[in-house]
Amino acid sequence: MSGMPARLGDLAKLIRSKNAGPFWITFDIMFATDSDFERVVQADVLTRDWIAKVWQRDVKDIVLVALPQARAIKFSFPRRPVQGDPGEMDQYAGQQYAPLIDLEIT
Amino acid sequence: MSIRIYCPTGAFGLGFLDSSLERAVSMKPDVIACDGGSTDSGPFYLGAGQPKMSREALVRDLRRLLVARDRLQVPLIIGSCGTSGIDAMVDMMRDLAVELACELGLSFRLATIHGEQDREETAARFDRGCIQALPGAPSITRDDILACEHIVGMMGVEPIQAALEGGADVVLAGRATDTALFAAMPLMRGLPPGPVWHCAKTIECGAICSTKPVGDGVIADIDETGFEVEPASLEAACTPLGIAAHTLYENADPILIHEPGGTLNTGGALYTALDSRRTRVEGSTFEHAPCTIKLEGSALGGYQTIAIGGVRDPLILRQLESWTDGMMAFFDTRVKELTGLTLGKEVLIDISFYGRDAVMGKTEPLAGEVGHEVGMLFTVTAPTQKLANTVCRFVTHMGSHWSIPEWDGFISAIAFPFSPPEIDRGPVYRFKLHHVATDIRPDELFRTQFEEVGR
Repeated sequence: MSGMPARLGDLAKLIRSKNAGPFWITFDIMFATDSDFERVVQADVLTRDWIAKVWQRDVKDIVLVALPQARAIKFSFPRRPVQGDPGEMDQYAGQQYAPLIDLEIT
Repeated sequence: MSIRIYCPTGAFGLGFLDSSLERAVSMKPDVIACDGGSTDSGPFYLGAGQPKMSREALVRDLRRLLVARDRLQVPLIIGSCGTSGIDAMVDMMRDLAVELACELGLSFRLATIHGEQDREETAARFDRGCIQALPGAPSITRDDILACEHIVGMMGVEPIQAALEGGADVVLAGRATDTALFAAMPLMRGLPPGPVWHCAKTIECGAICSTKPVGDGVIADIDETGFEVEPASLEAACTPLGIAAHTLYENADPILIHEPGGTLNTGGALYTALDSRRTRVEGSTFEHAPCTIKLEGSALGGYQTIAIGGVRDPLILRQLESWTDGMMAFFDTRVKELTGLTLGKEVLIDISFYGRDAVMGKTEPLAGEVGHEVGMLFTVTAPTQKLANTVCRFVTHMGSHWSIPEWDGFISAIAFPFSPPEIDRGPVYRFKLHHVATDIRPDELFRTQFEEVGR
C-alpha cells in the first residue's frame, strides 16, 4: 500500500503522550515494521513546524527524534500549565496525542 | 564479574506475582531494589505528605520482599519511600519494616536515609545562586521556596552506597533517582557506568519494559561490557525492540539521560535477542559531570470545591461560549460583593466542557464540534475551603439558571447528578521547586541512620 496516502494512526502500532516530569510533555509514536517507520520518516510531514502549529508552541521549544533501533519517533516540549497548576485538565498528559492519529502520510 | 539485580515491581506497593517472586529468588539475585515514588501523579503527594499507595498495599509488598531478602541474605533497597520520599514517609516505612520484622521473626541491619530539606537553608542556597532551573521550569523566587510545604533532595547512588558499605541489609531511602537504587551496588563493585546506568534506566519501571507491562518484575545481569534483562514472569518477554523503546518512556530525550553525576548516552547501544525472552544490550556510555542534586518542592495552592453537571438543550449547546462568558462576567462582580476577593486573583472559577474541549483546551482542533450533550465541570479555587464552597454554591445556583436570549422566563439549564452539587476537594498543591542544586557534594543533603532490627 506504500504510495497511497495513509493516516499516522493506521501506520503506527502505538501513539501515546505522557508527562516527562512536571514541566515536560512527551509523545511516542511506535511502529511494528521498519518499512512503516521509514515511510513516516521519509514523508517528512511530522515536523517540528507541524508540531508547533498543532500544539500552539514555539518551534524552538520542540525536541524531535527518530530512533530506528526502537522503530519509534519521539517529540517533547515544555508542558503548560505545569502539572497540577490552575487550568490542569490532564494530570498525566495522557490524552494529548489525538491530533497525531489523523495526520496524513503521503 | 557480573551482578544480578531483581526489580520486583515498577512502583513499590503496586504488587507483583508470587510466582514471579519465587522464580526471581530461585535465580539468586545479588540485590533486590524497588522504587516507591514519583512526581508523576502530581504535586499533591509531596505537598500533603501522603503516600499514593494504601498502607495495606505497602505492607503486602514489604512483607514479601523482607522474607525474600532474608532467604537470600542480600540487600533490599527501597527508594522514594511513600511516593514523595519526605522524612515522615521514610519513618512510616521504617515503622512498617520494624513491625513486620517483629511479626515474622526477622532480623536485619536497617539504614534509613532522610533527605527532606529546610526551607530557610534552601532559600539561602538560592540566594548564593546555587539553585538552577531545569529546562522547561518556570523561574522561581525566594518566596516560592519559603512557601513549600515540603522540599526533598533527590539522592544519587552515593548515600545508598554508603549505607551498603555500612553493612545495611535493608535500605529505606527518601527521595532518590529511580536509577540510583539499581546502579548503587554494581557501581560499588566496579562495573562500568555505561551498562550500569542503562540497565538501571531499563529496569526501574519493572515489567513495563516487557511484553506484559503490568505490575510485576524483571531480572537483569550487568557485566563488564553490557547487561541482559528478562521478565521475572515466564509469561512475558523482553525483546530488543521493547527494551530499546523503553528509553522513550517518560523521558523528554531518549538518548541523553541525565543523572546526578553525569549523563547516560544510549545513542550507541546495540540490542540483541539472546532468546525469545531475554535481551542483551551493549554500547551505552556514561559521561561524568559535576554533581547536581535535584530539589522538589510543593506548596499549597488553595482549596477547591467542584461541581459536575450536564447540558442537553441544543439551543444552549450552540452558544456555550457566549452563555458562559455572560455567566462569568456576572460572577466577577458578585464574587467581589460576596467575599471581598477578586476573581482571577484570590478566587479562580474554571468551567470546562466535556464533549467540547475539556481534555485538550485551546489546542483542541475540533472545539467547534459539539455533540448532543456536554458535561460541565466547575472548579472553584480559593484561599480557604469555606470560601471555595461559598463561591461554588453561588456559581452552581446562578449558572444553572443562567438563561439564553431564545428563552423568555426562568430556566434550569444544567442537569446536576448530585444534591448538593458541590463537592469539597480539600487542599490543592503546586510544584514550586523542580530545580537542581549546584556546587554540592553528593552526600551533602542526606542523613543516614543505622539500627539493628530484631536482634
